[in-house]
Amino acid sequence: MENIQFIIRRFSPEKYEKPYWQVYNIPFEEGKTVLDCLHYIKKEIDSTLSFRFSCRMGVCGSCAMLIQGKARLACNTQVVELKSKKITIAPLPNFETIKDLVPDLSPMFEKHKYIKPNIQRDDLKEVEDKEKEFYQSEEELQEYLQFSYCIRCGACMAACPTMAADRKYLGPMPLAQSYRYNNDTRDGGSKERHNLVDIPSGIFSCHMGSECSVVCPKGVDPAKAIQLMKREMVFSFLKLLKKKKPCGLYEEKKERKRREGIPEPPPRTV
Amino acid sequence: MKDTKLWSLHLFAGIVILFLLGLHMAIMHLDEIVSLFNPKGEEAISWENVLERMKMIGFVFVYIFLLGFALYHSFYGLNKIIGETNVKEGTRKFWSYVLTIFGFLLFIIGTYAAIAAKVVSAKF
Repeated sequence: MENIQFIIRRFSPEKYEKPYWQVYNIPFEEGKTVLDCLHYIKKEIDSTLSFRFSCRMGVCGSCAMLIQGKARLACNTQVVELKSKKITIAPLPNFETIKDLVPDLSPMFEKHKYIKPNIQRDDLKEVEDKEKEFYQSEEELQEYLQFSYCIRCGACMAACPTMAADRKYLGPMPLAQSYRYNNDTRDGGSKERHNLVDIPSGIFSCHMGSECSVVCPKGVDPAKAIQLMKREMVFSFLKLLKKKKPCGLYEEKKERKRREGIPEPPPRTV
Repeated sequence: MKDTKLWSLHLFAGIVILFLLGLHMAIMHLDEIVSLFNPKGEEAISWENVLERMKMIGFVFVYIFLLGFALYHSFYGLNKIIGETNVKEGTRKFWSYVLTIFGFLLFIIGTYAAIAAKVVSAKF
């Protein structure tokens, strides 16, 4: 069984002022993910190694870290696909590090909360005390569905060059989510979100580096969402954007009188 | 919608510069090929050709527009770059005011030069 070398950036604020690299040699088996190897290190070699994980299947976003210089999910990255016997792992950049591979994601969540990532409607009674569904067609769903796959892992924020230069920048994830909600036909908060992202370190600080879309593990394409949102805002400024009301409630179709000569349908079998 | 307006104008300025700078390039640097607005032949920067262009009121507007849009496009870009270098809010605002004032001053000086050239050219 061959060995793989893991070079991990460690940081313990109570003990050391600066981060340092620590090397671990572990036996490698095909089919193991980076997260599996980290678990092995923690269990068999060094129990002090800290990292986040949860679902281990690429849906929670907890284990995002810098693997071979690229932001990835550790649970979703097969060691084999890295094609190297030396794997370098570091915490996500553009965030403060709490310990070892654990970044402080609270600034990202604060920015996310800032853009109001929920359905905004005037008819609060229906939102809070639901009686019926809101009607949304398949086409309307497809307008924003791709952007709703975001798992808030922070990989896009870590990869963004503007985030590296300006920590006040809102970032790809909140901006993509603001577009997601603006294009949800159930939502009526577009104008408010336009004002929220129209700030000095807001949406117009994006320079189309597109690294966010390269690293996104769920195929969200935040760069596309940001450019579509910019277009929406410019059109709104030029008064070219069609005003849209939030979609209404789903109503059952009323019985219609059958025309003469048309037979009744057969009884349903399902 | 303040940043939206500024950014939209930045884009529009870029498009305007594309055409006006293209015109400048054709007149000044492709003079031997297209000989555009160089009625006296020879070099584009010869006194006779410069004088002929300054007599045309259209050129005064071309220079003023090119100056204005180029100054706006460049200073907005510079302001954005400074703002993205993690400076404090006060420092960002300070540079924003400095660049705005400096830009206006350069625009006034350049506009004066273009109009003065038109006035002077009328004497020849």
